[in-house]
Amino acid sequence: MDFSVFLQPAFSGGGTYLDWVLSGTKWTLLVSILAWIIAFIVGSVLGVLRTTPLAVLRAPATVYVEVFRNVPLLVQMFIWYFVLPEIVPLGMGDWMKTRMPMPEFWNAVLCLGFYTASRVAEQVRSGIQSIPIGQTYAGLAMGLTRGQVYRHVLLPMGYRIVIPPLTSEFLTIFKNSSVALTIGVLELTAQARQISEYTFRTFEAFTVATVIYVLITLVVTVGMRTLENKVRVPGYIGSAGK
Amino acid sequence: MFTGFDFDVISRSLPYLWQGMLFSLGLTLLSMLGGILLGTLLALMRLSSFTVLSAPAGGYVNLLRATPLILVIFWFYFLVPIAMKKITGDAYATGIGPFYSALIAFTMFEAAYYCEIIRAGIQSVPRGQGHAAYALGLNYRLAMTKIILPQAFRNMVPILLTQGIILFQDTSLVYVVGLTDFMGAASKVAQRDGRLVEMYLFAALVYFLLCFSASHFVRRLQVRYSTGR
Amino acid sequence: MSRMSKFAFSLLAVALIGAPVAAQELTGTLKKIKDTGAVKVGHRDASIPFSYLDDKQRPIGYGVDICMKIVDAIKAELKMPKLKVEFVPVTSQTRIPILAGGNIDMECGSTTNSVERQKQVAFAPTYFMTGTKLIVKKSSGVKGYDDLKGKTVVFTQGTTNERAMKAYNDEKKLGINFIPAKDHAESFLAVETGRAVAFPMDDILLYGLRASAKKPADYQIVGQFLSDDPYGIMLRKDDPAFKKLVDKTVTGLYKSGEINKIYARWFQSKIPPKGINLGFPMSDALKELVKNPNDKGVEACGKMKC
Repeated sequence: MDFSVFLQPAFSGGGTYLDWVLSGTKWTLLVSILAWIIAFIVGSVLGVLRTTPLAVLRAPATVYVEVFRNVPLLVQMFIWYFVLPEIVPLGMGDWMKTRMPMPEFWNAVLCLGFYTASRVAEQVRSGIQSIPIGQTYAGLAMGLTRGQVYRHVLLPMGYRIVIPPLTSEFLTIFKNSSVALTIGVLELTAQARQISEYTFRTFEAFTVATVIYVLITLVVTVGMRTLENKVRVPGYIGSAGK
Repeated sequence: MFTGFDFDVISRSLPYLWQGMLFSLGLTLLSMLGGILLGTLLALMRLSSFTVLSAPAGGYVNLLRATPLILVIFWFYFLVPIAMKKITGDAYATGIGPFYSALIAFTMFEAAYYCEIIRAGIQSVPRGQGHAAYALGLNYRLAMTKIILPQAFRNMVPILLTQGIILFQDTSLVYVVGLTDFMGAASKVAQRDGRLVEMYLFAALVYFLLCFSASHFVRRLQVRYSTGR
Repeated sequence: MSRMSKFAFSLLAVALIGAPVAAQELTGTLKKIKDTGAVKVGHRDASIPFSYLDDKQRPIGYGVDICMKIVDAIKAELKMPKLKVEFVPVTSQTRIPILAGGNIDMECGSTTNSVERQKQVAFAPTYFMTGTKLIVKKSSGVKGYDDLKGKTVVFTQGTTNERAMKAYNDEKKLGINFIPAKDHAESFLAVETGRAVAFPMDDILLYGLRASAKKPADYQIVGQFLSDDPYGIMLRKDDPAFKKLVDKTVTGLYKSGEINKIYARWFQSKIPPKGINLGFPMSDALKELVKNPNDKGVEACGKMKC
């Protein structure tokens, strides 16, 4: 074992192999966080739609969730990157392939975001549905509209209930971001692989990457647990996401 | 390059894709089996009151659950043969083959996830059941194998199967080490014949149909199980 | 499964005795082949015409043919006419770890014998001489490496060409945007679909890829050689008995002139899957190597300094 390899000047790019590790970590975090924003917004909308009494709103949300949940992430990644530019109008396809800035990166973000949205939707839905129906009735009886019931009763409760499962979804997106290496994003796992290839120090390279993944997981878990405690709904913790 | 669909490329490569599918299914079923066995063992260790047992199991589970599957595949695919070599001292006797390398990687990875499912399952069996078993004079092994685990597994069947469907989707990641599972076969044909659109959409459709019907089946099972009690 | 149990048993045996059971006369890879009754051959998916999949997805090619001669020699040496051959797909990234780990016994592909790789693996005598060039679309107007300034270039991960191109980019400060791909077919597709302007690769593989393209006339291969790439069959290091057998077989093909037949079949005749003839006569460098075989490698970064 010889971890001094990370201080050696890297083959290309001017820095050391440590710089490759840091750059990989940066891309892993960027992909995860941007994808998470998409997943959270799209997933929340879909999750709410799935709880509405209107079938015309529920049905498309259900179809979305089923499709995105039942196709492997890798296949979705390839469809975003390789298939989509070929089936959209020619000019747009050309733009996606040649003039779009950082196409691998943005395709990875969109793919991961829309994939995880289906999972977030399910968590939001089960969070809302775990609130006793009586609360909705009470809201309606008080003269609130459906929208106001969501805005003032269901969503504030629902989000506080689903923080723990959403935390684990974020950790999943963070791990899943490594799938982006299949379309050429040089995130942390790809950099570890590349370092092992250039230095033949496979063990050291993979160890460092694993330690970074574990550390980030720890930080996120501790941070979210603090948030959880602050916004906890008495009597509700741990009841969602089952 | 998109000049109309070429369905012929799919029918021409069906036998090859089928072989890939057998690889995927075999890998899924065997690593599910191995993952559940190892996962049960880990769960029992984690629930043990002896720290020497619970701490390493907990550490293992948390480590694996914090690591991306692709990195785990790299670890096992590239380093296990070398580690084996060091352990056995025989520089050439290893070479357990790519299928088994992948199988070990998936089993070790899935065991961490199955461990948590099974642990929750065991904890869902009322404590009184265990106490009653001990009161009847059963030892730990008998209480576990005859009383607690059967009930726990009965409750867990749907979740274990759902995890199996996720595992089936995850097996597509052996693509990263160039193995020919269903997705690997599809991508090799796609790249050789320049038919990415057809092959990847076809692969998506096949995965969707299989996973959708499987999860539909699990959902029906779940309803039956929950009303049966 | 029986292989696993045998494996587990040998693990146990080793643990009990504390050292490997004293070998008979055979050692290393040959002993392993004898014990398992199978030889594992690593092949590529798209190294045309060295090692690639035909339309029935069977591995074929110049390198595969030569490896089959080696398999014949192993059969004779071990007196095992029914020896099983298992083909294992490898990529540029996986070939060295897989070989070192024992999942293949030899790699028959398009691997450059570089001094750097010799620290990890051994090579049979060089069986082809090539070097890095670029494939581009004719319409791109790219005539050489310096035209790539600020453009997107795709490379296959784990190749010597990747290193040569990156070293050139660093030295000439071209500011190229690199995108990695997993194998040559994927890299070529990036050029075909317009994602990348150029793909630096051993010229012979570029001719092979162009020949199998949908519209071969759209592409041209440009540039001076950026590196010299002598190909060899890759073997595990420190296994003199196996290397001797392999060397003897390969140089035997050279001495008997059989190599000319194998060469002509893949480089000067119609080859699957499309029945294209590469029309690539044997170079003087290769003729010289056939006369005086060697397994010397080259520096990894081609004509640049590492």
